[in-house]
Amino acid sequence: MSRNLPVLVAALLFAAGYGLCATQYPAFLTTRVVGNLLTDGAFLGIVAVGTTFVIIAGGIDLSVGSVVGFTTVFLALAIERWGIPPLAAFGIVLAAAGLFGAAMGALIHVFDMPPFIVTLAGMFLARGAGFLLSTESVPINAPLYGAVSDLSLSLPGGGRLTLTAGIMLGVFLVGGVVLRATRFGATVYALGGSRQTTALMGVRVGRNIVAVYALSSLLAALAGIVFSLDTASGTPLSAVGVELDAIAAVVIGGTLLSGGQGGLLGTFLGVMIGGLIQTAITFDGTLSSWWSKIATGLLLFAFIALQQGSVALAGRSGRRARASAGATVVRPAEARA
Amino acid sequence: MRALRAGAPQLLAFLAVLLADRLVAPQFLDVHWQDGRLFGNLVDVFNRGAPVALLSLGMVLVVATGGIDLSVGAVMAIAGAVAASLADTQPLPVVLGAALGTGLLCGLWNGLLVAVLRIQPIVATLILMVAGRGIAQLITEGRIITFASPDLAFLGGGALVGVPMPVVLVLGMLVLTLALVRGTALGLMIEATGGNARASALAGIDTRAVTLAVYAWSGLCAALAGVVAAADILGADANNAGLWLELDAILAVVVAGSSLLGGRFSLWLAVLGAFLIQAMNTGILLSGLPPELNLVVKAAVVLAVLLLQSPRLAGLSLLLRKPS
Repeated sequence: MSRNLPVLVAALLFAAGYGLCATQYPAFLTTRVVGNLLTDGAFLGIVAVGTTFVIIAGGIDLSVGSVVGFTTVFLALAIERWGIPPLAAFGIVLAAAGLFGAAMGALIHVFDMPPFIVTLAGMFLARGAGFLLSTESVPINAPLYGAVSDLSLSLPGGGRLTLTAGIMLGVFLVGGVVLRATRFGATVYALGGSRQTTALMGVRVGRNIVAVYALSSLLAALAGIVFSLDTASGTPLSAVGVELDAIAAVVIGGTLLSGGQGGLLGTFLGVMIGGLIQTAITFDGTLSSWWSKIATGLLLFAFIALQQGSVALAGRSGRRARASAGATVVRPAEARA
Repeated sequence: MRALRAGAPQLLAFLAVLLADRLVAPQFLDVHWQDGRLFGNLVDVFNRGAPVALLSLGMVLVVATGGIDLSVGAVMAIAGAVAASLADTQPLPVVLGAALGTGLLCGLWNGLLVAVLRIQPIVATLILMVAGRGIAQLITEGRIITFASPDLAFLGGGALVGVPMPVVLVLGMLVLTLALVRGTALGLMIEATGGNARASALAGIDTRAVTLAVYAWSGLCAALAGVVAAADILGADANNAGLWLELDAILAVVVAGSSLLGGRFSLWLAVLGAFLIQAMNTGILLSGLPPELNLVVKAAVVLAVLLLQSPRLAGLSLLLRKPS
């Protein structure tokens, strides 16, 4: 019960927030707003799925925003300047991102480096590579892009479920199945619980850690593709700071930052709550956009406090473990030594 | 002497970067005296590197306790906004007091979350990193506030016996921090807390107070960096002041050879690390290479330093394991 509490709270908060907005602005009850909420949250949602995997596995990935930026600028140049067909360019960038993530995972595992600093270097590297490709925004005029932006599923009531929103929902569904119903998913939870215990159980820790970071970068590249489809352009400055939005969404969705616990339903709700705040501020019109940052910060604080509270309630042994984990990052190997 | 020997690799790296800068730009090491202060590319390295050096003074202590402070860039923006909005109506001590006090409050908030609520440092400081820029924009009301106060401007563009004020402030803070943590047992307690918080608490160290203090100090250093940055451009830009500087500060601490897991630190090496980063920055600008290369170079440096540290960590844990 206490395990599902954060997700329940996030769901209630979203419902209450949505209801409050609906009483203020009746337009919220149309499918048009729902469709926009999904479309606007599409690329953040895809990134957040990867972030959820990494965080459940006890890691963190700060490079995702830069990978999104690199992807958009690479696609724009590949399609417009180098004449590569869009679908081939998608394939190339997904493969490159997968390798990039795998390399970070390998560094983290083989050299036993903190994931935070390795992915920080990855963040610099991917952003720098994007800037070296082009410092300007490059428009994409490929026919595929025009076709995709027209492609959408009409919802009753005038709303549209765009392809990008569909991709996001698909990623959440597939991710949910992988996380809950496959051996890889079980391993991800186990890794977040304890890397050492997992290794002692006979799981090949290294290849799974590599896979988790490869997946995160792969999904970031997919989010980059979605971003470039949405904006029909590529700029190395796109998606700055998205890694933090994704982490915030994951936390609001009840995934424990110390790893081992959480799920994608919560992350989906976290992304939607963020989108709801943005939409409400847009509807209001008088509030400045910086209020969304403050509101996100407050929510982040409230949900982390909730996490701490529920973990403390879960038992004294749980609290003791958290107490040492909260003050220092104790790595299993060192704790043993 | 011991400190100097421990810092030999960093010092050599710094000199190598300066030499490389001299090779790409022959005028690099020229320093001349003009209008009562020193000018030149070399002086500029120290001048431009000052904000990150100030940040790294706070960051290195936080990292020494096994924590991290992601909010320093946002705190810089808040303090800059406070200073700029008061600069033309209040005397300098009030302006400085308000800005530094705000930074101290921000640091205490971070410390409270980490030490009392026991939230992981990355997440605890993420909150202020996200919300901080919003708060700064709230103070500036979304505009870029400019000011004309010569007193405040002196902190950014002035000079004391020829040395630019930002560099003077860095030296002052370095001496003050050294006196506080190395002149007392505080430094030892910080390292103990980072090494093993539980054991330190059992040994009678108030780890909670130590943790609270380092985050507060980090907030104070960040606020001073924010004031210097605002004084430098005669204005406060809530969106861009200190943007991504938290990463540079962490990089400086990594370059200084402090373990990111806590337990050991060196203040003067962290400051040297900040200037090393700025020297690379300036070198790339002077050489005419695309400035965007900077990020790639930084990434390469982080990885190289970590790889250098890694076998040492492995050797250390082997040594520890042998007796048992």
